Amino acid sequence: MSHHIVEASDLHYTYPDGTVGLRGVTFRISHGESVALVGENGAGKSTLLLHLNGYLSPRQGTVKIGDYPLTKKNLDAVRRSVGMVFQNPDDQLFMPTVFDDVAFGPLNLGLAKDEVERVVVRSLETVGVAHLAKRPPYKLSQGEKRSVSIATVLAMSPDILVMDEPTSSLDPRSRRRLIELLKTFRHTKIVATHDLDMALDLCERTIVLHQGRITADGQTKKILYDEELLRASSLEKPLSIQLKT
Amino acid sequence: MHMADALISPVVGGVMWVATAGLIGYSAKKIKEEGDNHKVPLMGVLGAFIFASQMINFSIPATGSSGHLGGGMILAILLGPYAAFLVMASVLIVQALFFADGGLLALGCNIFNLGFFPCFIVYPLIYRKIVGDNPTQGKIMLGSLIGAIIGLQLGAFGVVLETVFSGISELPFRTFVILMQPIHLAIGVVEGLVTAAVVTFVWKARPEILNAARNSIPIGKLNIKKVLLVLVLAAVIAGGMLSWFASSNPDGLEWAMFKTSGKEELESHESVHVSLAGIQEKTAFLPDYGFKKSEPETEAKPVWPAVDSGTSVSGLVGGILTLMVAVLIGLGLRQRKNAA
Amino acid sequence: MNNIGRNSFDIGYMDTLASGDSPLHRLDPRAKLITTFIFIVTVVSFDRYALAVLTPFFIYPIVLIALSGLPAGYLLKKVLIVSPFAILVGIFNPLMDRGILFHIGSIGISGGWVSFISIVLRFMLTVTAALILVSLTGFNAVCAALIKFGVPKPFVVQLLFFYRYIFVLSDEAERMVRAGSFRAFHSGAMGFKTFISLLGNLLLRTLDRAERIYYAMCCRGFDGNIRIIRSMRITYQEIMFIFGWGALFIFLRYFNVPLKLGTFITGLLK
Repeated sequence: MSHHIVEASDLHYTYPDGTVGLRGVTFRISHGESVALVGENGAGKSTLLLHLNGYLSPRQGTVKIGDYPLTKKNLDAVRRSVGMVFQNPDDQLFMPTVFDDVAFGPLNLGLAKDEVERVVVRSLETVGVAHLAKRPPYKLSQGEKRSVSIATVLAMSPDILVMDEPTSSLDPRSRRRLIELLKTFRHTKIVATHDLDMALDLCERTIVLHQGRITADGQTKKILYDEELLRASSLEKPLSIQLKT
Repeated sequence: MHMADALISPVVGGVMWVATAGLIGYSAKKIKEEGDNHKVPLMGVLGAFIFASQMINFSIPATGSSGHLGGGMILAILLGPYAAFLVMASVLIVQALFFADGGLLALGCNIFNLGFFPCFIVYPLIYRKIVGDNPTQGKIMLGSLIGAIIGLQLGAFGVVLETVFSGISELPFRTFVILMQPIHLAIGVVEGLVTAAVVTFVWKARPEILNAARNSIPIGKLNIKKVLLVLVLAAVIAGGMLSWFASSNPDGLEWAMFKTSGKEELESHESVHVSLAGIQEKTAFLPDYGFKKSEPETEAKPVWPAVDSGTSVSGLVGGILTLMVAVLIGLGLRQRKNAA
Repeated sequence: MNNIGRNSFDIGYMDTLASGDSPLHRLDPRAKLITTFIFIVTVVSFDRYALAVLTPFFIYPIVLIALSGLPAGYLLKKVLIVSPFAILVGIFNPLMDRGILFHIGSIGISGGWVSFISIVLRFMLTVTAALILVSLTGFNAVCAALIKFGVPKPFVVQLLFFYRYIFVLSDEAERMVRAGSFRAFHSGAMGFKTFISLLGNLLLRTLDRAERIYYAMCCRGFDGNIRIIRSMRITYQEIMFIFGWGALFIFLRYFNVPLKLGTFITGLLK
């Protein structure tokens, strides 16, 4: 799976209680792209993300990761190549210490002990929190928790990073640091967010979801300047643009 | 109500430890066999829920007291007996370690009293029988209420038996029972109502949760007889071994037996005390008035505790001195540490 | 701050203590676990009238606290907070057992009082020992030791999860209670209805959270088996710790030091 391609064609999903999540979503994201997924609450962003590594299976349509369609059979391989960073780090950091948390994935992959230790140290260093290794997660700040969450995913050496609201509940400085960090990553990135300023800063492409459909897909700059489109999708121009105009 | 280390003899504590350890092993094995990977995180988080919820109180009208959610019943309803037992054990372990509720030796007793009864007796034999496969609000209410009451009665009775068998407290069996059971009847009613209300709440909001819990453990799978048999066997073996070990220690069960029979049967005590007495004679520091032991009414009491330990003025003086020495050592060590 | 916050804060504080650094902190958790156990079993193995013989055992908590720099006052306070039950049951002893055991001057001391004080001493000893164990070792290390001792893994793993989420859920519960009390206009414990809907909602959220955690685990290749790396080593120091203390406890169990000391002193006074 060297192509790091994410492809969704005509995804439909309905929740067991009848709520419709997705009504025909199609896109193709290729190697190294950085894509923002924006839309109002309930637009279907999280539902879409949950499809990308097979947690939900579409009622209709297919997801392709790399060159293969996502099926039960290659679920493990897909989950290895698609790293998922959750909105709430407390859901993602479930082990007793930061070290254990980052080591969780590599150990499941069957790496040898010293290899695991190397991977953990490297991942923590990448996000700049190697000094936290022995801490229990509940003693971390929000920003630190977020960094560790990303490290847990990096430790699996994924090709594609999928992030749900990575900047939520971060103070301005941690947010800035995170954006700078994400810029250094070469992975294909898919970021669901309400933080349109970050989208502008980090992602060259943006997909707008509205009521389970894609209403726009294109250059971030173009989309975020398009007031009409944003209003139709229950969104607002990012602050940085509002200030400029 | 928690058993405390201070009230328990090693034999009773040990037997209950072995019994609960056996149950934990058995339940863990069952969980593994079920192979439901969902369960382990779910168990942990629900344990934390029980723990957090026990700190939220509501006021019981017209009594001025307050109540909270008990653990065992609701866990069994949500998770099935095996997982619920393990979670209850964890809650009690954390309480013992961090809040010194009960203590380490009494942990076995506490897990048994508060975990075994609700999970392995009340849930399968009472709650499930009443609620059946088609729960209604009424059935849930009835099942939880009766279940919680019986569970707590059994638990309280467990505390009584363990305390009496330990023979550390002087409280006679009957008085203790009369004290404990009615209190726990009241607690049981409150716990039952809370459990029923919370279960109904969940059932109304998300009926599938209760169904899933029920289906994950078909009731036929829970073999009560087997569990009980394993338990009794474990207890007998542990009891036998521990009391054999304990026969060189004057304590607990054997103490109680000795008290009722009024006879000391074991030579080993004698030898210890004889040698102690010998030492005392040789050192000849023993002031006569210091050992005004057996008054007529204490004749039934064994002689040796009077000779032993703190039952004399000398013992008291020595004890206080020892304490002071210990504290001094501590202060000295700390000063050295700080200086270093 | 209400109860909930205080409790999780308390646990957090003990974890902070455990992350301290002293030779005792660094000791293999298994050694501390075993020694604590020997200590507790020895202490409770005394007969009910044991009083002075128990006092030398205070050397263990005292030395450990002194050498590790744990805050003695904090631990003592914790012990006092939980003492009511032991005292409640023990307090009947003086009423039930009035036989005079010995005299101090002309005052007769009944067996009941002796055994009551004995209960209190035992209580203090065993409880402090357990608290010291956690404050020196940390809960996670205790769990790791349990795995090494062969305690079934599903049990220990859910115990670790439980411990991890105490903090998260206590926070959540506290927020909900606070939000509720802002709207309730009266202080103190809440009414039954509010209580139930609060608990019910907390429970539903908890179940959702469990689901999300499980998903997070699956994303990182969870296959039902949780693996934890812990390198533990029993060295010369651990052996010394276990056998040193163990020998002392057994010596104190069979050799009544305070009595000898006391007889010596009272003899001198005479």
